[in-house]
Amino acid sequence: MDILLPILVIGGMGLVFGALLAIAAKAFAVKVDERVPKILNSLPGANCGGCGFAGCSAYADAIVKGEAKVNCCPVGGKAVADKISAIMGVESGEISRRFARVMCSGTPECAKSKFIYNGPQDCHSAAKLGGGWKACSYGCLGLGSCTKVCPSGAMTLKDGVAVVDRSKCIACGMCAKECPKGVIELVDAYAAYAVSCSSRDKGKTVRAFCSTGCIGCGICAKNCLADAITVENNIARIDPKKCVNCGMCAEKCPQKVIKFAPIPQEESLNEFVRV
Amino acid sequence: MLSKLLILAVGAILVDNFVLVKFMGICPFLGVSKKVETAAGMGLAVVFVMTCASAITYIVNLALVSLNIDYLRTIAFILVIAVLVQFVEMFLKKSAPALYNSLGIYLPLITTNCAVLGVALLNVTKGLNFVESLVYGAAAGLGFTLAIILMAGVRERLESSDIPEFLKGMPITLITAGLLSVAFMGFSGLSF
Repeated sequence: MDILLPILVIGGMGLVFGALLAIAAKAFAVKVDERVPKILNSLPGANCGGCGFAGCSAYADAIVKGEAKVNCCPVGGKAVADKISAIMGVESGEISRRFARVMCSGTPECAKSKFIYNGPQDCHSAAKLGGGWKACSYGCLGLGSCTKVCPSGAMTLKDGVAVVDRSKCIACGMCAKECPKGVIELVDAYAAYAVSCSSRDKGKTVRAFCSTGCIGCGICAKNCLADAITVENNIARIDPKKCVNCGMCAEKCPQKVIKFAPIPQEESLNEFVRV
Repeated sequence: MLSKLLILAVGAILVDNFVLVKFMGICPFLGVSKKVETAAGMGLAVVFVMTCASAITYIVNLALVSLNIDYLRTIAFILVIAVLVQFVEMFLKKSAPALYNSLGIYLPLITTNCAVLGVALLNVTKGLNFVESLVYGAAAGLGFTLAIILMAGVRERLESSDIPEFLKGMPITLITAGLLSVAFMGFSGLSF
């Protein structure tokens, strides 16, 4: 009897609780579409958020619900889009490869500073202090907030300015979202030349602040063979659709601010990109 | 009556904070205190489990005592807590999948969170009645929530601070927890 009572009590509690949980499990059952794990497996798994969703699994959910297109993954590119479209049974559509590019070349030697910054080594903190230490209010602060968020290690600091290693860049756009100055853009992969400056200041001001800023003189636009360059808001822009990568603009630029970045071969792309 | 409940609640939240003064439930306190949002989610889950556990274990304890088998208290209480945690897990998986994912392994770990079992057992040793047990359970949970949210707030700021290399990660987190604990020790002089 001394043994029977505890066994009954604990056993009875187990029975009751087990029954309750069984009912709760039915009431709270979550149905998972079998296509979600399949899509998740074909995604690169970098969880970079480049597609605009919180991560690969959120994107996979959105595809199955029909809220997202199959070709939004900038990391996987065409190969992944093809796989997903096979799972979903739709066309994958056009995809263009892109890369992040830092639109500033103002190293501390070129760009003047307003004051000496000794605060936390973080661009957001620096930007809150009078827009940062640079006299130019548009330039890269060079404290590397972008390098911290880059999931593929493509972002590095070189001479106090962020640079992108195109062979590692997966075009997730994390750096562009992170940069408090908005100095990082996602550009077309076939655009080898770009105006590496973001300053909308007038030419005279730019000259006073930085020895390598775009002064909006328009010499590049006049010399462009493909008529791809326009000067707007005191800064030249190259239209990647028209650009033929001849390099004439870079040669003629008096400020030497139009920079060349090689277009990587498919073989040299990193594992995330090749999938 | 009401003033006794109030003293009980303030005591459990501030003076005898379960995490920072009684050092119970440290595992989720350190594990899910990286973001304020997740920390608040964890806190609410613990409040729910602690309050329900206080109520149910009170009844279970009455039954055990009346049958003269109160030596089964620990195992019976653990059973109750495990069921509650399982229920919370099911509920969150259905209604808040994002929170469910971010809590990860720490959600089922509430089962063995010593703070929860601690509340249930303290209710018995303190000889609290049903209402007092409920209040004590809820207050203990709120104390846990307060501690974990404070911790998460500090840790969010630590993310963007210039921390010496050798302190990065867990060392600075534990030092922070220690400082928070020092701050809460200040409440120990509180008397009514």
